[in-house]
Amino acid sequence: MSEEKKKPTPEEKAKAAAAAKAAAEAKRKRMEAGAAQSAQGDASAEAPSNTSEAGTEDIAKAKADAAAKAKAAAAAAKAKAAGETGGDADAKAKAAAAAKAKAQGATGGDDAKAKAAAAAKAKAQGATGGDDAKAKAAAAAKAKAAAAAAAKAKATGGATGAEAEEPKKPSPKQPVLDKIVKVITEKFGTDVLEDSYINELSEHIPTLIVKREKWHEVARFMHDHEELAFDYLSLSLGVDYETYMESLVYLYSYKHRNNVCVKVKVDRDNAKVSSVMDIWAGADWFERETYDLLGITYEGHANMKRILLPDTWVGHPLRKDYVQYDEEV
Amino acid sequence: MSSSTKLRTEEMLLNVGPQHPSTHGVFRLIVKIDGETITEAIPVIGYLHRGTEKLAEDLNYTQIIPYTDRMDYIAAMTNNYMMVHTVETLMGLEIPERAEYLRVIVMELQRVASHLLWFGTYLLDLGALSPLLYAFADREKILAFFNELCGARLTYNYMRVGGVKWDAPEGWIEKVKEFVPYMRKQINDYHKLVTGNEVVINRLTGIGVITQEDAINYSLSGVQLRSTGMAWDLRKDAPYSIYDRFKFEVPTETAGDCFARYKIRFREMQESLNIVEQALEQFPKEGEIMAKVPRVLRTPQGEAFTRIEAPRGEIGCYISSNGKDKPYRIKFRRPSFANLQVLPKLVKGQNIADMVAILGSIDIVLGEVDG
Repeated sequence: MSEEKKKPTPEEKAKAAAAAKAAAEAKRKRMEAGAAQSAQGDASAEAPSNTSEAGTEDIAKAKADAAAKAKAAAAAAKAKAAGETGGDADAKAKAAAAAKAKAQGATGGDDAKAKAAAAAKAKAQGATGGDDAKAKAAAAAKAKAAAAAAAKAKATGGATGAEAEEPKKPSPKQPVLDKIVKVITEKFGTDVLEDSYINELSEHIPTLIVKREKWHEVARFMHDHEELAFDYLSLSLGVDYETYMESLVYLYSYKHRNNVCVKVKVDRDNAKVSSVMDIWAGADWFERETYDLLGITYEGHANMKRILLPDTWVGHPLRKDYVQYDEEV
Repeated sequence: MSSSTKLRTEEMLLNVGPQHPSTHGVFRLIVKIDGETITEAIPVIGYLHRGTEKLAEDLNYTQIIPYTDRMDYIAAMTNNYMMVHTVETLMGLEIPERAEYLRVIVMELQRVASHLLWFGTYLLDLGALSPLLYAFADREKILAFFNELCGARLTYNYMRVGGVKWDAPEGWIEKVKEFVPYMRKQINDYHKLVTGNEVVINRLTGIGVITQEDAINYSLSGVQLRSTGMAWDLRKDAPYSIYDRFKFEVPTETAGDCFARYKIRFREMQESLNIVEQALEQFPKEGEIMAKVPRVLRTPQGEAFTRIEAPRGEIGCYISSNGKDKPYRIKFRRPSFANLQVLPKLVKGQNIADMVAILGSIDIVLGEVDG
């Protein structure tokens, strides 16, 4: 019975999306109605703009709106650039909810917040991002909505207790990421890296997405090159994202005291990726475990057999569409 | 076996385990021996695999905590922390001081308890019975503290996302304070009685040697890594919780053999007691033991991997979240699993009688190896 939960049909997804959209629409209308009542007494903000709507209130609103839109659009463009497709409705709804929640957190300027939330929401739904891209879109929309709300609050003079958030500071690990990317692209050109970013949720770890075909060469290079010197493999694992799979390694350099996460995207039906066991001997059992539980075959591994489950086991349990094999059925 | 006397030997297959006391659980080792020399060893694991990672995908974060108890059941407190730490990192939670101190105190006591159990069983493996009796008596005292704190001797389920479940009962802190000097004296006594023993020295020196380069390449961590001269301890080098507030040493040895690992574990117990003592002194008189967390814990969408220093090495937890109250994918980096894969390399060419000494020095827990 849990199968239904695991595999949402396109209809269900569409339904969920429609529901989320309707909710957001209703919310936006409500917010605007509320704003119409209370928007009168606000002081004027700077108004350099071109909108035909009457009143400085509306102009400020439009500005916040535009800002959030622009940011969300940038995130969407990025998602597209990464060439990712698919994604589930609730994640997108989440992006909108995050933006909305943040906007509600600050005091004053209700309408701007509502607009920002709605705009972020609309854009997020338009984006066809994978999980990472979506996460980024969420973060970006959130930050922008907060900034817009704060700016608005200041403009209306009602900024009691509203903490104007600073524009996002660059991560302390940004130089590390830049260096790694620079060294790798100098050797291999820019097209071996599909993406590189700082994963702020995971203690700002620099994260790379490497092309599957090039992974073994890049891995060898990252291990041997003295400016990178990633000599320790902390963990190797796989994740099934339903439309594709990821094989990840977490590396550490005892020499430079840096860590990095490297992902390789793997096709789900033909899940194969180069083994790095010949580079980091410690990858041996981790890769066997990933093969056993997720069905990612590591090519070049000396002993690609099941490790935890019996050799006769059917299927790979950590795949999201796994159904336990039963002889009697 | 001198080669000059043309003695004909045959390769023999010896099956050790999975039901064998020296394997400390259900670990099977297929050993090929030539005379008394091991030519190849093939570990077979998975007898205790319970699919924790699969089960956890259908559980919310609080429900997963007791499952972590059952992986490394010798050091369940650190396992608890490993899991909640990752969720807290994802959620960006601030943990109240008092909870942090309680966590550090129990985790360091746990390290002592874990090393004591290792000490007792390791010498039992080597043929000395009495150290086990002493070590277990002292370990039991620590387990009694845990029992008083959370009602369980081994599977504590003590930590929560945002803090700990139970506050220290009245008089508990004072009792632990009294226990620390006692334990220190006991460890010194064990050290005097056993470490200098000629049999122990002869059986452990130069056995199961690993170089620093190999140790890093094989993803070894904890005592295994430190026995090769690498002063690496996540408590010191990448401090989590409040470990940056305590003064302690990271014991290292350079020989990389079983005796080096033996000596390091002894010194680590003393260092852990130092930390416990400092934590008890700084322990806040009052305060919350739980941060303000929502009733239903939801992690933001994204992924995180954090690692901490467990008694057996680097333990870590990876969570990929899709914003729900359950992890989309959870993965544990289990130090016993990673450390055990070097065993075939360590025992190759060694005498069959040393195999148990080498296996014991790795200090594995099969619940953790098999996940």
